[in-house]
Formats: sequence, C-alpha cells, structure tokens
Amino acid sequence: MPTEAPVLRVRAVSKSFGAVAAVQGVSFDLYGSEAHALVGENGAGKSTIVKMLAGVHRPDAGTLELDGVPIELTTPADAKAAGIAVIYQEPTLFPDLSVAENIAMGRQPLGRFKTIDRAAMIKQAEQLFTRLGVSIEPSRPARGLSIADQQLVEIAKALSADARVVVMDEPTAALTGVEVERLFAVARSLRDDGAALVFISHRFEEITALCERVTIMRDGKHVSTDLVSEVSVDEMVRRMVGRELGALFPKQDVTPGAVVLSVAGLTRDPVFADVSFEVRAGEIVALAGLVGSGRSEVVQSIFGVDPRDAGTVTVAGKKLKPASPRAAMAAGVALVPEDRRQQGLVMELSIERNVTLPRSRALSQLGFLTGSNERRSAKEWTQRLKTKYGRLQDEVGTLSGGNQQKVVLAKWLATAPKLLIVDEPTRGIDVGTKAEVHRLMSSLAAEGVAVLMVSSELPEVLGMADRVLVMREGRLVAELDRERATEESVMFAAMGQEATV
Amino acid sequence: MTAAPTRADSTSSAVKLPAVVARRSTLDLVLRARELGIVLALAALVAVTAISNPRFLSSQSIRDILLGTAILAVLAVGQAVVVITRNIDLSVGSVLGLSAFTVGTLLRDNPGLPVVVALLIGAGVGGACGAVNGVLVRYGNVPALVVTLGTLYVVRGITYFWAGGQQINADELPAGFLDFGNATLLGIPYLVLIALLVLVITGVVLRNYRVGRELYAMGSSPQAARLAGISVGRRTIGAFGVSGALAGLAGVLFAARFGTIDAAAGTGYELNVVAAVVVGGVAVFGGSGSVWGAALGALLLTTIASSLAVLEINQFWQQAIVGGLILLAIGADRLVAARVAASLKKRGSHVS
Repeated sequence: MPTEAPVLRVRAVSKSFGAVAAVQGVSFDLYGSEAHALVGENGAGKSTIVKMLAGVHRPDAGTLELDGVPIELTTPADAKAAGIAVIYQEPTLFPDLSVAENIAMGRQPLGRFKTIDRAAMIKQAEQLFTRLGVSIEPSRPARGLSIADQQLVEIAKALSADARVVVMDEPTAALTGVEVERLFAVARSLRDDGAALVFISHRFEEITALCERVTIMRDGKHVSTDLVSEVSVDEMVRRMVGRELGALFPKQDVTPGAVVLSVAGLTRDPVFADVSFEVRAGEIVALAGLVGSGRSEVVQSIFGVDPRDAGTVTVAGKKLKPASPRAAMAAGVALVPEDRRQQGLVMELSIERNVTLPRSRALSQLGFLTGSNERRSAKEWTQRLKTKYGRLQDEVGTLSGGNQQKVVLAKWLATAPKLLIVDEPTRGIDVGTKAEVHRLMSSLAAEGVAVLMVSSELPEVLGMADRVLVMREGRLVAELDRERATEESVMFAAMGQEATV
Repeated sequence: MTAAPTRADSTSSAVKLPAVVARRSTLDLVLRARELGIVLALAALVAVTAISNPRFLSSQSIRDILLGTAILAVLAVGQAVVVITRNIDLSVGSVLGLSAFTVGTLLRDNPGLPVVVALLIGAGVGGACGAVNGVLVRYGNVPALVVTLGTLYVVRGITYFWAGGQQINADELPAGFLDFGNATLLGIPYLVLIALLVLVITGVVLRNYRVGRELYAMGSSPQAARLAGISVGRRTIGAFGVSGALAGLAGVLFAARFGTIDAAAGTGYELNVVAAVVVGGVAVFGGSGSVWGAALGALLLTTIASSLAVLEINQFWQQAIVGGLILLAIGADRLVAARVAASLKKRGSHVS
C-alpha cells in the first residue's frame, strides 16, 4: 500500500450542463504507482470527470489538488503542463503527420535556429517504443494505424511528457484480446515507474487484473472508493445500479400477436455480427447493452440507414431491401433516432412541416403540398401527444427537448407504422414528459404496434419491456423475459459476467 | 510529409528494420509523385509547345511566364498556408487590388518613397485585411468560405469607392519603381527573386518550425489540435494574416509589373490562386501538401496560359483546360490517397 501523500486529489467537484447535474460533489485520491479504476453505468459522470482532468471542462465547484497544491485547468494545455495525460477511447492523433511528430507535437526537439531536429525526434520516438516494447515505425503517418496502435502512440505521448497522472477512458473497448494484453503490460510498466493511473472500463475482469483501487459512481455522485481486493464484483455491480424502481413505467399487459419484425443473422463488419430476434405485434422489446455495444447500429441497419453485410430483415412477412430507408418506410417501419437534433428533426422548419415531412407525398394534391392538409394532420397528431407549442408555424428548434421528442414521435406515428423503433426515447427529457412518452409507447403497443426500443436507462428497460435483448460487443448475448430481467441480470449480461447473485 | 528523410534516421532504422525502410521508400515515391507529376506535365507542355513554335523558348517569353508566375506564386503560397489549416481565403484578389491601389496612390504623391517601403506598406495593408478575416473566422465561428467571400466584396467595394473610376498610369509612377518591376539580378527578375524568397522562407517555416507543424496539425484534426494544447485561434488568425500580407505584397509586385492600376486590379485572381494550390497537391481538407507544390501549380497554370497563346489555341479553351486540370488533380489525389491508405493498412498492426 502506498503510504505517501496522493499525487492528485479530486476534491468535491461538481459540474452541470444546463439543468443536468453530470457530477455532484465527487472526491477521490490518486496515488503514484497505483492503478485506480473508475466505474459506473452509462451517464454516471465518469467521462465528465475525465474531461475535467483533461482541462476540457472546468468544475463548477470543488478543486483539483496536485501534490497538495490546488490547480486550475482551464485548457487542455494546462492539463498537459500539469503532467496529466488523457488517452481517449477514440485516440486523437493527427492522421497526416508522422507518428514521431504526433508524439512530439509542441515539444519537438530543436536544433540550430530553433528548427525541428527530425533525426532526434524520430530517435526519441524509437526510444519510447523500445521502452514500451512495441514496434511502431516512427516515420510513418498516423493514418491507417489500428486503434490499439493509436493508443500506444498516445501512451508514448504521455511518456514523453513525463506525465504523472495517466487517464485511460475505456481504452479496451475496441481492442482484441491480444491487444488488451499488450496494453496492460504497458500500463503496468507505467504504473511501476511511479505514474498514477486512472482506468475506466466496463469489464470487471480487467479492473481486477489491473487495478489496486476502485471508485464507484452512480448518477453523478460518488458511491464508494475501496481497494479492489476488498470488494467483490457482485458488490460493485450492486453499488453501480442500486436504486429503487419507481412506478413510472406503466406497461399494459398485451397478448403478443403475429410476428411483425424478424431479423435473422444480421451482420455488419465490424460493428455487430449474427444478430437474430423477433418482435411481435403488441410487444415492447428492449435492446439493452452498454454504449458502443452495437445497439443503435443494429436498428439503423434494420431501418436501412446503414448498410448490412449479411442477414435478412423481414417486416410483416416481407423481406426488406438492404440500405433503403424508403423500402423500410413503405413496409411500415418508423425510426425515432437517438439524436433528434441531427437526425430526427429539421430544426429550422416549422412544427407542422416537420410532422408531415415523411408523408409530404400522400398529403399533396397534384404534386402540390397544400397548407390546409398539412395543418389539419399536424394539429391532430400534436394534440394526441399533448405537445406544448405556441403556433404550429413556429420553428421546431424553439421547443423544449421533451416537446421536440413528441414532434418526432408525431411525425412517425402519423405514418401509422406497424413497427416503431425508438432509440433512446427519453434521453435528455424531464421526468414528466418521460412518463408521457412511456404512456404513449404503451398505448401504441396496446393498439397492436410492435415496438423495438434501444435504451441505456435500465429502469426504463425493465419497466417498459416485455422482453429484454442484451447486446455486448456486437453480439446478442442474452434474452431475458420480464420475470427474469433485473438490473443485475441485465448488467451482468451486458458486461460479460456470469449472474451469480 | 517525409519528403526528405534525413540521412541519420534512414541509417539508424536501416540497422533494425531493413524491410520497413525498403517499403517506406516506395511509399515516399507515391507521396512525392504529386510534385513529380506536375513537373512531368510541365515538361511535356513545354516540349510540345516549343516543338510547334520555338519562339516559346525565347528569353522574352520565358521572362513573361516567370513574371506572371511570380505574382501568382506569392498569392498561392499564402493561400496554401490557409488551406493547410483547413480554411480558405477567397479575398486575396480584392486584397491585391486594394494594396496595389494604395501603393500606387502613395507613390504617385510621394515619388521619393523607397521600393522597400512600398513593399512593406503593401504587405501591411494586406496583413490587416487578413487579420480581419482571421478574427471573423475565429470569433464569428463562421466558415472561412463565407467570411472571405464577404470580405472579397467588401474590400473590392472599398477600393472602388476610393478610386472612384480613376486610374493610376505608368507615367504617374516614379521611374525607380517601374525599373524595379523590370530590373534583374544575374538575369533573374527581382519579382521572381522576391517570390522565391517568400517561397523558401514559408516552406522552411512550415516544414521545420513548430509553428508550421502546428498549422498542419490543425488542418489534420482540429479537435486533436485543441486537445494537444495548440492555440488554434491564434494560429488561424496568423495564417490568414500571412495570406493577406502576401496578397498585399503581390499587389505591389502587380503595380510594379503592369504600371497601370485601377480599382479592378486582381479581379477574379482568387480562383486562379485556389486552382494553383489544388493542382499543386495541397489537400482542400487541410493537413497535407506543401507550398512548393502550390508554387509549381502556379507555374503550370501560367505556362498553360501562355502556351495556348503560342499554339494559337482559342483563349476560351484555357478555362476549360484549367478546370479539367483541377478535376484531374483531385482525382489523382483520391487515387493516391486510397492507395496510400491501403498500403498503410497493410503495414498496420504488428500484433497478429
């Protein structure tokens, strides 16, 4: 056990984005020569902590102390100067520049007249790679490096800056087994050289293999910090999810009807492979899993926004043409996308125009859109969804997040879909609107619509879904019916742990 | 990027990784093929034109081409600096006009003004315009395309308002200044020497100084540049400042070469300049290319213009040919990029 003073102390930091409190009063200490795991569900605030350490976000309250001295990190350059290096899940390299240059950027060795000494720069990179025990060619451009190699370049960058705190944000998410092993070897040697490591991962076997200490976060708050040896995996999971399920989710019981959606062997390299499942009329099926497990990609492929490499998608007995949202829409599929600002709405257009957009052909007469038709239809649907707005002609962008989501729903429900796919239907909307969206999905199911829901919110998944499909790393790993689906069983499946509760 | 690997590094890695070095040289060749391609096209063009009309290689003709290239190349070097940062500067033609008219007016009223001062004033006027562009792009958070399209018209409008239809003629300019436009040193016109100086200095700064590499980094990945602690805003303003200053300098060269300046001087130059930069292999998405390529592009475009005249091909074809060349250059870039990407992937991970 390191008995010396912590290298970095995170002291009661808080950070809010608008009305959302991402991190509230979190404290923990980082010691040299120690790997510290940071775990929590999606949205628990881990990434916000990382961004504060990286100087990207400034804490609203609380301080960071380096060697007992409070520091202010206002820019990434400050964090770099303070000796904090951050390795993101998606490394941030300059693809056009050489590997050596990527490592040395801002600290290039200088020769005569302050010109960059390329030979020394390449030598420096070679030495770093030797120390890390990897063989990446320093003079090649960074473009085309695998994610694993890019991370190693990032680590070399941290080494060259003599970083004392190295933060790794889900570094293993995109790596293969061998690559993870190699990364761990490098991480251990970093740690043994005295660096304080912060390691974020959803895989418990990695945490127990690498880390000495673990901090658990939930809903932006600090839950506990313990030695890894003193807390079991089961206990960690329990602390991560532990919350009461409210009565927010009123799913009516419906006897499932005919199969509406049938997906067989759906594959898209390298995002997901061999995904097969069915959704029946009147059913709400949830697609759960961690961010990046391939859930959104699967539904986008079903709808035809993304192409697929293999497999079939059948809707109401009709096979869908791949990569054709138009065919999917014609077959009665509606997709409410994850990012409504980017994909779901045209922010500059009026509410009524947005609602009628997918049906502009059906509503037009002799090829002309008539305002009265549009207005009547838009009015009907926005009233059914209890959307709050000033005038139907107002820009959609002026509405609140929850009401925007209702407009997206109105837009697709007006097409009378047989299959409704919703991706994160209640992300970023308030509790009241959330309940309305849930009530609506439930009543749709009761009317015989098949609903496929992607959601990262476990309570929502458990409350709404008749069945829960769990994805992990691009594969469907579990199918749990209502009785067997609990927070623990879903989380265990999503993280690849056996349910031993 | 690895245009000239230093001897030290190729020998040191040759000891450890002989195979890799062999493959690297082929890759280098592909990357350098861009500039090589322009040189070959240029050589072919000169050969064909010279065979059909030997007067094309007369010293007067070559001199004309070089003088024309000098002005375009100075503009292209500035433009390349901006394009490398994933921006564009469309205002250069207007800035050239404003600078030429400013310097022309000053010289008419103060015939004793030294040429060096005239050059500095021109660069200063242009630099100020460029800084305005940079500030608008940086703080307005507006794409450079839109900002500089706006300043293109604003600057031109100011020049028209100021000139009010008047023209500065050669006989109003001091003889010393006009001599500077024609004089040579060791047979090379001063204008060409100035262009070469600009080219070499900018080329060295971009390649061998931290500031230069940061410009490439910004263009290569703006997000990563911010995370790497590069002061992106300041560098953006700087890049536009350089482009503006060089456009201003080109304005003085323009005045010295043609002697006649009105408010329309340099109209439409911006498209020639962008064409030269693109043909010269500077990627429009930033991060790669060199000022050498941009200057070669300027030389090629100027040579095409005069060889068409010599070959008695209708001048109207010139635009179509330049357009075709741009498409060809972009096509070649795509092809090379795809091949490089494939070869880099193949050399990819050493874990297997």
